[in-house]
Amino acid sequence: MAAGVATWLPFARAAAVGWLPLAKKTMPKPPVDKKSRSDEILFVNVSGLRFQTWKNTLDRYPDTLLGSSEKEFFYNEDTQEYFFDRDPEMFRHILNFYRTGKLHYPRHECIQAFDEELAFYGIVPEIIGDCCMEEYRDRKKENQERLAEDTEAGEATDAPLPPDSTARERLWRAFENPHTSTMALVFYYVTGFFIAVSVIANVVETVPCRPLKGSTKDLPCGEKYSLAFFCMDTACVLIFTFEYLMRLFAAPSRCKFMRSVMSVIDVVAIMPYYIGLVMPENEDVSGAFVTLRVFRVFRIFKFSRHSQGLRILGYTLKSCASELGFLLFSLTMAIIIFATVMFYAEKGTKGTNFTSIPASFWYTIVTMTTLGYGDMVPNTIAGKIFGSICSLSGVLVIALPVPVIVSNFSRIYHQNQRADKMRAQQKVRLARIRMAKKGTTNAFLQYKEDGGLQDHDGDNSALCVKNRSSFEHQHHHLLHCLEKTTNHEFTDELTYSEMCMTESVGYRTSRSTSLSSQQGVATSCCPRRAKRRAIRLANSTVSVSRGSVQELDTLQIQKCSARPQSRSSLNARTEDLKLNCEDRDFTAAIISIPTPPANTPDESLPPSPAMPGILRNSRSGSYAHETVKISSL
Amino acid sequence: MEEGEGEGLHTLAIVMLLCAALKLLHTLGLINTEDKLDDDLEMTMVCHRPEGLEKLEAQTNFNKRELQVLYRGFKNECPSGAVNEDTFKHIYSQFFPHGDATTYAHYLFNAFDSSQNGSIKFEDFVMALSILLRGTTREKLQWTFNLYDINRDGNINKEEMTDIVRAIYDMMGKYTYPVLKTDTPKQHVDAFFQKMDKNRDGVVTLDEFIFSCQEDDNIMRSLQLFENVI
Repeated sequence: MAAGVATWLPFARAAAVGWLPLAKKTMPKPPVDKKSRSDEILFVNVSGLRFQTWKNTLDRYPDTLLGSSEKEFFYNEDTQEYFFDRDPEMFRHILNFYRTGKLHYPRHECIQAFDEELAFYGIVPEIIGDCCMEEYRDRKKENQERLAEDTEAGEATDAPLPPDSTARERLWRAFENPHTSTMALVFYYVTGFFIAVSVIANVVETVPCRPLKGSTKDLPCGEKYSLAFFCMDTACVLIFTFEYLMRLFAAPSRCKFMRSVMSVIDVVAIMPYYIGLVMPENEDVSGAFVTLRVFRVFRIFKFSRHSQGLRILGYTLKSCASELGFLLFSLTMAIIIFATVMFYAEKGTKGTNFTSIPASFWYTIVTMTTLGYGDMVPNTIAGKIFGSICSLSGVLVIALPVPVIVSNFSRIYHQNQRADKMRAQQKVRLARIRMAKKGTTNAFLQYKEDGGLQDHDGDNSALCVKNRSSFEHQHHHLLHCLEKTTNHEFTDELTYSEMCMTESVGYRTSRSTSLSSQQGVATSCCPRRAKRRAIRLANSTVSVSRGSVQELDTLQIQKCSARPQSRSSLNARTEDLKLNCEDRDFTAAIISIPTPPANTPDESLPPSPAMPGILRNSRSGSYAHETVKISSL
Repeated sequence: MEEGEGEGLHTLAIVMLLCAALKLLHTLGLINTEDKLDDDLEMTMVCHRPEGLEKLEAQTNFNKRELQVLYRGFKNECPSGAVNEDTFKHIYSQFFPHGDATTYAHYLFNAFDSSQNGSIKFEDFVMALSILLRGTTREKLQWTFNLYDINRDGNINKEEMTDIVRAIYDMMGKYTYPVLKTDTPKQHVDAFFQKMDKNRDGVVTLDEFIFSCQEDDNIMRSLQLFENVI
């Protein structure tokens, strides 16, 4: 939750008076705020530049360095100020974040320096405001890419293979990075050469050669030297097939390889030959066969393995596909409009070329792109007028905006990237919001578990509970008031779905709810009664055996079984209480569990009061009458 | 040739007529083709300043220091000096992330906005807080009655109460224990009317409300709870 709303919390709590007449239960007591009410001005000295701010301002974000007690480490008693040996220019932005709630990224600063400052002050970069977020992300990505490129370049050139790589891995590497070994380089150039040869052969095949003796018709060379061309074609196809099969063999993931664009091109390049071999020399089929030979020209695309530029071009076209599509669509609209108009304008003319609207398409396209072949011309006056409008608008539609379209492309392209990034960010943001919500729920349920509603005894609870700010206390109190008003309680999603599944038809009577809530209070009562704090060790049982007799105490493992399973599993999940909360004089020593786990889910006995701590077994299973010995060393 | 020319000229004439008609409509303002981007820029920034500190101190039950702290917080969040309903809903919803607090925030906004002009100024804010935190019991109950009385007619009827109660239950969200049934708000309202409506006429007046609340110890005790919020 944005801590900027901390100022509104007193107002929201005051408004809770409106719930009072409706409340079904009594309201819980509010937390007592022992801190002094008066607001003081703090001095912060950052490398000589002195900043002053209200203490409340810094307290807004309690999980950062300045908002938590961590800043006490930097407190200088002599000068009564907090001294940080960091960049003062950057600190200005950090402090403004506390003041306004929005973190801005200064554009002239280095992104890494900024990141380091944020890390030092404990601020997550995700809260950068929307105004600066894009810039920040772009620069960060740029930086990362550059670093990645550098490391990749460093690696790629001279990285030796791990000695135990298989022949397959070596082969794949040779295919992907031809510069690694001489053999790979040789193979690379040989395939390149054969691609060129094949393409040239395709082209030369159709050039007319001098006719054979005894004939006057010009023959295409392909038919004159058909045997030679056939041999060359066979050689090329053999090499291509061999290369394809080797790649297939070496590929780490064959399915992925077979689906990649390059392998599809390879297949398309060599298939016509094999189909031609298989098919008989039949006159009917040869028409289709001729079409297949067209696909041989796809061999030219095999060059893209050899050329970086071609790959980039392909990628650019692919990414601009939507813009090109839109351009095409708008052109199509204009063409249809003008073609229709021309057709109807020229309809009456005898012997006109504009026989139908699709026939007029050709005229419109030729006119709009200012080609003007002249094979179709209008004859009527109206036709000429519309024809001139068509060609003028063609100039406007196509010739003029081309530079604008080019720059639009780059802008729209970036915008699209931004939209995708935003969508991805949105997912992350939603996930974070969900987690924060869950966190609030868990924190709130934790708060209730701790018996935070009633008075604490001062010192024991103070150490741990202080970790939560007074803001959180008051907020939890507010939520608790809402629960009491409606006589329903907050739970989290998991518990809710469990309850929905196990709940019988009808609702529990209010008696049972009051009963279970009473028991809930009872189980949370016990730690307080014993005046100890509970440490929950997630999924572990630790029992400590002890030395001296007088402090020997036995503990009963409590199972929070008043509630359904879910409650105790909730306890296991919340890990707010950390072990460092504990008093320093307590150290867990030896592990031993004297009694075997019993299977009776029994209720616990209250522990004896002179305990330094209670170990609560969070495994909501079968442990009941476990005796655990605790020592304090 | 002549017939063709005639048809062509016909087509031309029709097209020109169409264009002229469009232009006419545009001039008449019936068709608007410009976008409305410019209008937003004309919105002026309204800045509201509260009355003097002494005057507010006299009108409310806060002392100077408290008013200073309150105003600093208020001004920080709303530099323009006034909160409109959407901002208010947004702020209030942040305290109740589990459910939907917008409906209740709407009623709360109306209760705070004593001058009913669509925005809460600092004076409204501070007056309401003064009543809620430092006022007499009767004042607090009266404020609550105003909150419930949505249409400000001096009576609370069942529909108004149902709306309020439903809004409160909306704030709980979906994941509650026990599971919220659809008639829970209605039952709640019936219980409320059972308690408050002394003469069984279907509406609760201010006097009935105050009288019934004063009878109930729970409510009286709870009213004292919130005094140390500031």
